[in-house]
Amino acid sequence: MVRIEFLGPIGKKPIEIEAATLAEVAQTLQKDATLEPWLKNSAVAVNDTLVSGLDVPLKDGDKVSLLPPVCGG
Amino acid sequence: MLELYDGPLDVPALLTRWYEEEAQSNYGAFIPFVGTVRAEDGIDGLSFDIYEPILRRWFDAWQAKAADKGATLKMAHSRGDVSVHASSYIAAVFSPKRRVALEMIDAFVEDFKAAAPIWKYDLVDGERRYADDRSSAIAGSGILAGGDA
Repeated sequence: MVRIEFLGPIGKKPIEIEAATLAEVAQTLQKDATLEPWLKNSAVAVNDTLVSGLDVPLKDGDKVSLLPPVCGG
Repeated sequence: MLELYDGPLDVPALLTRWYEEEAQSNYGAFIPFVGTVRAEDGIDGLSFDIYEPILRRWFDAWQAKAADKGATLKMAHSRGDVSVHASSYIAAVFSPKRRVALEMIDAFVEDFKAAAPIWKYDLVDGERRYADDRSSAIAGSGILAGGDA
């Protein structure tokens, strides 16, 4: 299982899904209409490292985080 | 050094301590940036969420960049609620000579705004409202969206 965390204002509790790649995570999350605006503007981290593409292999226990638009300071 | 606090920052105490920590380090320049919550648009204050693991990695990468130039960075940020006229963010650069610190404080604070995993909310009538109009998508965002996003 892969744990998906929705950070900051997304306001959704973490979920756990079966996924072998980030592309499979994308397919699952695209089925949730409430996430649609967030998927377009969120960055993605796997195990706390930002990634730039979907061809990232995942293994059991990995953590995927969605980071929506930021504004510190 | 990255320091996170619940609520507003104690500006005089932080700046004094940072100054004293480096007083004998032979830095010729110490340039702090203090961010203060302004009273505007009827807000009572701001509130912040922080994702600490990635914030620490981001900061460590900047600290390594600073070290390459003989400089050091310090930063403090608030979690949770901060009232107007209080401080939520302080950054500082110490460097042997002024030019490195002047340039680095600018680049550091700008990248902080664009990339640090911190989310801001306006506090209005006791409610927390995400400041989406002032927020920026982190570079590379949108890969999970389908279609032509």
